[in-house]
Amino acid sequence: MKYYNKLIFEISKPGRVGYSLPQSDFGNYSLADLPQTLRRETPAELPEVSELDVVRHYTNVSNKNFGVETGFYPLGSCTMKYNPKINEEMAAMPAFTTLHPRQSEESVQGALRLYYELAQALAEISGLAEFTLNPFAGAHGELTGLMLMRQYHIKRGDLKRTKVIVPDSAHGTNPASAAVCGLEIVEVPSTPEGTIDVAKLEPLLDDTIAGIMMTNPNTLGIFEKEIPQIAKLVHGCGGLLYYDGANLNPLLGRCRPGDMGFDIMHINLHKTFSTPHGGGGPGSGPVGVAAALVDYLPRPRVVKHGDRYAVEGGADSLGSVSGFFGNFGVMMRAYAYILSLGKEQIKHVGELATLNANYVKESLKDCYYLPIEGICKHEFVFDGLLDKSTGVTTLDVAKRLLDYGYHAPTIYFPLLFHQSIMIEPTETESKETLDEFIEAMRTVAREAIDDPEMVKSAPHVTPVRRLDETTAAKNPILRFKDLNY
Amino acid sequence: MYKYFPHTESDIAEMLERIGVASLDDLYAEIPESIRFDKDYNLKKSMSEDEVRNYFKELGNLNHPLTVFAGGGAYDHYSPSVIGQLIARSEYLTAYTPYQPEISQGTLQYIFEFQSMMCELTGMECCNASMYDGATATAEAMLMAIAHAKKRNKVIISRTVSERVIAVVETYARFHGVTLDYIPENDGVTDKAAMEQMLEANDVAGVIVSTPNRYGIIEDFTGFAESTHAHKTLFIVNADPSAMAVLKTPGEWGADIACGDGQSLGMPLNFGGPYVGYLAASRDLVRKLPGRIVGATKDVDGKRAFVLTLQAREQHIRRQKANSNICSNQSLMALYVTIYMALMGKRGLQEVNEKSYAGAHYLCDKLLATGKFSLCFDKPFLKEFAVRTTLNRETLMKHLEEKGFLAGIPVEGTDDTILFCVTEKRTREEIDNLVSLIEQEG
Repeated sequence: MKYYNKLIFEISKPGRVGYSLPQSDFGNYSLADLPQTLRRETPAELPEVSELDVVRHYTNVSNKNFGVETGFYPLGSCTMKYNPKINEEMAAMPAFTTLHPRQSEESVQGALRLYYELAQALAEISGLAEFTLNPFAGAHGELTGLMLMRQYHIKRGDLKRTKVIVPDSAHGTNPASAAVCGLEIVEVPSTPEGTIDVAKLEPLLDDTIAGIMMTNPNTLGIFEKEIPQIAKLVHGCGGLLYYDGANLNPLLGRCRPGDMGFDIMHINLHKTFSTPHGGGGPGSGPVGVAAALVDYLPRPRVVKHGDRYAVEGGADSLGSVSGFFGNFGVMMRAYAYILSLGKEQIKHVGELATLNANYVKESLKDCYYLPIEGICKHEFVFDGLLDKSTGVTTLDVAKRLLDYGYHAPTIYFPLLFHQSIMIEPTETESKETLDEFIEAMRTVAREAIDDPEMVKSAPHVTPVRRLDETTAAKNPILRFKDLNY
Repeated sequence: MYKYFPHTESDIAEMLERIGVASLDDLYAEIPESIRFDKDYNLKKSMSEDEVRNYFKELGNLNHPLTVFAGGGAYDHYSPSVIGQLIARSEYLTAYTPYQPEISQGTLQYIFEFQSMMCELTGMECCNASMYDGATATAEAMLMAIAHAKKRNKVIISRTVSERVIAVVETYARFHGVTLDYIPENDGVTDKAAMEQMLEANDVAGVIVSTPNRYGIIEDFTGFAESTHAHKTLFIVNADPSAMAVLKTPGEWGADIACGDGQSLGMPLNFGGPYVGYLAASRDLVRKLPGRIVGATKDVDGKRAFVLTLQAREQHIRRQKANSNICSNQSLMALYVTIYMALMGKRGLQEVNEKSYAGAHYLCDKLLATGKFSLCFDKPFLKEFAVRTTLNRETLMKHLEEKGFLAGIPVEGTDDTILFCVTEKRTREEIDNLVSLIEQEG
């Protein structure tokens, strides 16, 4: 196929249109009646293209992309599992897509019931009391969760608690969300085994601590087995435990955050519950809480009275974090997934994801450096190639994998190692797919020794090759108008 | 066996052997027994595909889609058929954030097009790759103003901004420790004199206003940029991007930041989401913008290409010092509105506004002619307008809903005011039917 490299603006021709609107017959009303001072001075330079122009353009542009349906996508911490088609069909039902968010409760009982039932299912899976589905994404869930944490302390008159503990292995969003929430971050180091150093955590715990943010398994894919002790210590000092649900997938069927002692958590529906990642979103970041925090959940809240569903906003609520009910379309997909799997199948998700991760890890640790031995959960981290003498870096390995038809793993995260390669295979991948990926990773390791320059200049067969990111940042060109020819 | 799990029993056995454990249970041996979950979840039983369809159909039957004469941040505009089919392409749908640009040029290119088109519509010089919704985009604009001002910790927002947006801005302000004050409204619009007085102390980082505002009024911001800039305060305009095809843009009003919701660009109502927030700014604020930004560059062979840029602003690099915590955004919805803007183009968006304007003014005149309504404000509007009714508002709206109409939204803080909205989708027949039902009331 010919490489396509045009922008929509470059196929525009004055006079073409790509739409049809009904004739209107309202008489002599015209925008020209608006005062000149309120009207736009120069027209927006939008493209003028026919319908086929648009269809062909965005089809050709899509061919330069790689998704889960293109090939294996082992991007660590992102849980790139298969996105079932039935979910899409359900989310497109006009009985939901045509609903206005300000309709009366009576006219949207089905939508409210879906919201409520999904929240209930998530509460059961998490071992928590109640969920809000309003947050739009994982990081938004973190922010909402931290607001809940603060609201809890504020409502108890405990105003000194302005610090939150974050492990050094945490996702970047954790400290960033804490900062947006007005909390001071206290970092707790990891042990050489990659888990929270409990001895170093203890002295940090005092009456200024609002709580701790943890993900378990952590970003190294290691289960924090000291969690009962950590929960006891944090609760003992009056703090709360926040669970970052980005890594929930391996625990399905095996362990629940609520049972571990967490008070607040978010879930990424676009990770654990199979909704598509959409090139960066929309996601959905429902937040669950233990019983003591239910009254602080954000507005609007969907509740059930008898067999009717209602929308409420409690007096102690932390306020609103969304214009309406969050990414409702994403919730529909996640609920279709939960109904499809049901109680019989959801429980197998975690163990099969964990099986796949350990299989890949064990199959590659003789050519990639595994800094922490032992059974991992859904993902694991290599610290670059085992043989460091070739000068081939993690970036080079990632780029070479693109040539072999794979999306690269997450690289240079977590920050605990210099050459992190974080691999998360997910449960929807077959042994054959994993075997082929393992073979590709081994081939790259061999190539790094035999022909390091070739690996360093990879990729070679992708739509474009390595990009000049330095110039892009030094002299940012951020819109069509600023492109020079 | 299950359709989403490809593992056969022999696969599992071989894989366990490679790992060196005897069973799947052994993969969880380190979890303390006290916190293991070994029961069945209390969930519904697994459903076949048709059972899922039937279940959703049953839920769908409990909803009553209505003929929409309401806006308030969610507008029932025409959605071209092309868009849904294009964004369902798996290359777009099932990709994630374009961390590997060599195999993500599809996503990167449409974001570049999105940024370009949003700059055109808003009259601004740069735009990010999308925010969650209009309300959170406005809250982020507030945080940008605070970060930009360094030593100021106050933002003032007009009472004429939508209450939904204000509610979210208030939440962010309270937890972030921002002092939020309110510019009073005067006859349905922002009280400019009051704003100027509030700016006198030179402690305001940003002013937030909106157009069209919570009553649908097109506000006149003449002199606002001069007043705010004289006090080194950022001027932030929350604007409906669809309307910006015909109304004076934030850029033309001299705004430093424009923000709002892209839902009005043909997106389905979808019970409130997913929509797409946008955040655009003047060029000198680009390094204060949160979220993903795409820039143009070249590859080693000199081919034009696109890449995530200025990433030193973001959480995965800067952690707590980042501009924002945003990671996932609403990328696919940015693609939705990009394709919408391409299809509608220069002429289509003008036509959408022309027709919405005509329909809204037609309905307004018909309502006034019934003698049961009066205009709240004698101010210019586009597609939304607020009227007071002499009828019992709640009874009226309930009756109309029973007849299949979402007849506006009750304006909060009043007991007799309704905000109506008419888009290009509403026909004369629908409007006439609505008005004749209203005539029978009371």
